Amino acid sequence: MNERRSFFVITCLAFGFAFLYIPILSMVVFSFNASKLVTVWDSVNSPTLKWYHVLFSNEEILDAAWISLRVAVVNASGAVVLGTLAGFGLARFEQFRGRFTLNAMTTAPLVMPEVITGLSLLLLFVALEETIGWPAGRGITTMTIGHMTFSMAYATVVVQSRLASFDTALEEAAMDLGARPLKVFFVITLPIIFPAILSGWLLAFTLSWDDLVISSFTSGPGSSTLPMVVFSKVRLGVSPEINVLATLTIGVVTLMIVGVSLWMARANRLAKAI
Amino acid sequence: MPLRGFGRNLRRANSGVAISAGSVAKPTPWNDPTARAYVQLEHVSKSFGDFKAVDDISLKIYQGEIFCLLGASGCGKTTLLRMLGGFEKPSAGRILIDGEDMTGVPPYLRPVNMMFQSYALFPHMNVEQNVAFGLKQDGVGKAEIKDRVATMLDLVKLGEFAKRKPHQLSGGQRQRVALARSLVKRPKLLLLDEPLGALDKKLREHTQFELISLQDKLGVTFVVVTHDQEEAMTLASRIGVMDHGEIVQAGTPSEIYEFPSSKFVADFVGSVNIFEGKLIEDAPEYVRIASHELDAVIYVSHGISAAPDAIIWVAVRPEKILMSTEAPGGTENVVRGTVQDIAYLGDLSIYLVKLPTGKIVRVTQPNTSRHAETITWEQKVYLSWNSSSPVVVTR
Repeated sequence: MNERRSFFVITCLAFGFAFLYIPILSMVVFSFNASKLVTVWDSVNSPTLKWYHVLFSNEEILDAAWISLRVAVVNASGAVVLGTLAGFGLARFEQFRGRFTLNAMTTAPLVMPEVITGLSLLLLFVALEETIGWPAGRGITTMTIGHMTFSMAYATVVVQSRLASFDTALEEAAMDLGARPLKVFFVITLPIIFPAILSGWLLAFTLSWDDLVISSFTSGPGSSTLPMVVFSKVRLGVSPEINVLATLTIGVVTLMIVGVSLWMARANRLAKAI
Repeated sequence: MPLRGFGRNLRRANSGVAISAGSVAKPTPWNDPTARAYVQLEHVSKSFGDFKAVDDISLKIYQGEIFCLLGASGCGKTTLLRMLGGFEKPSAGRILIDGEDMTGVPPYLRPVNMMFQSYALFPHMNVEQNVAFGLKQDGVGKAEIKDRVATMLDLVKLGEFAKRKPHQLSGGQRQRVALARSLVKRPKLLLLDEPLGALDKKLREHTQFELISLQDKLGVTFVVVTHDQEEAMTLASRIGVMDHGEIVQAGTPSEIYEFPSSKFVADFVGSVNIFEGKLIEDAPEYVRIASHELDAVIYVSHGISAAPDAIIWVAVRPEKILMSTEAPGGTENVVRGTVQDIAYLGDLSIYLVKLPTGKIVRVTQPNTSRHAETITWEQKVYLSWNSSSPVVVTR
């Protein structure tokens, strides 16, 4: 009985994983394909790194990647600062005027359709430019602000939920020992909730990295992000370079996720031991 | 500066039961009207919305004392402690520490340290850094910090654990780190919130005595919050029993135990048999009380002050009741009953004796010899007590 069930379970597992990962795996395999046609395997010349070379000499894609990276890093850093402040306010102050509104407003972007967010941001930026002259045109700045509006919501939720389980006695103990409130925040609170802040940062980074809709609304000439370039390329037909790009992205993301989850598991173990 | 060993003197002085009975053996600050209070609470109240957590408490605590606030959860003892630490602001009243008004002073400017119930050790710092934290905030020099931390860690016997993180320590070790951290700044007053609550029984007993000897050595005044009456009895020079935001009685452990001022205190500290009754004879030297619960007359060999018709309660501790199979002499302070249940605890046994009126009386007897289990279930016994044993309370 037990053996049969375990056989059944393993089969389910295998099918589940196959469903999830075979498309990705085939894409990785096809990134080493020599053929110009994405769907045809050239068994004579493959595997080859030909398309990797093509990709790394494609200025357009490299530029887009660089823009994406800059936007994502600035966005993640800004979102985490704003999110931490908002999360703190929501977690620590039980009652103040407008608490409900603040809570609703910070989390609204989580459920708001991106098209609406993007369109309203575009209208805002245009109106701002006409009235105060800033931001001058659309580009990296407007895109970063746009990304921050929704990724801040995610950072807020992460920080807020970490603070909900934070033992405030730690802060009181630090104050009791002579540290002023601001110092307590930087020396005690911040280091302890740092894992949450880091995961908020990574979340915001990822959201920004693969955002297409809001970027399209808020970007200007010469500031196309990687998803925008990929999307426009795919519309003209999928080139094998895209396989390479996707493979590289998956590689980087996998490394990052494995690294962070190992680190987080350790941090959690320490936190639980307290 | 506090004198060495002052704490011990305070505690020894109160081991004489006689204090409130009239003959003062040794002068103790709380019996000396000229003594200067070290910590003084003046009509302190604290409300949270409509709820009065602390209700008009006035209290004096003297230098070198271990003062225990004892009460059930929700009685306001922790709120009172947090007001001493500066974490809560009193809604009304003043708090003076060493003559200075501390009512509105924030925690980081008070000469007071607190040991938290959860210990609140900083998880990202090792033992040494935890203990050094307070000194660092005060801008103490590096060499001196190192010196004082090392001394303090030796004092709590944690010298070899200096580089460990809190999660690598046992519960007892963490408790000692918390203690070292709160003592290293040499506070005028140390507040301890359920200091031994998280430890198991054996360790707790051991740590109680360690805490006392440490307090003795350093001469720091302690205010301890606890719900554990045994802990309060062992540690305290005086106990303040709290109920519904008020201190219902403050006194030495023996005063609290032997001369409770109310039914609540008698019942909360230790176990007690309480018989409801009315005065039938009221003389300055003695009283006779008729209790329908006993169907007998209680003779008490000291005068009390109570209204003639008021309902009063007679409290008799279980260990002060004698149990015998043969009728003792006299007719007063004697009742008959049937043994309903026996609990053997090793050092002593608890007997639950049912009286003809239906009242159950709790009697404890030390097991002085090994085979003397003479009284058993369903046996008819006589219960009697000395006429000085009952305590009469009017509320």
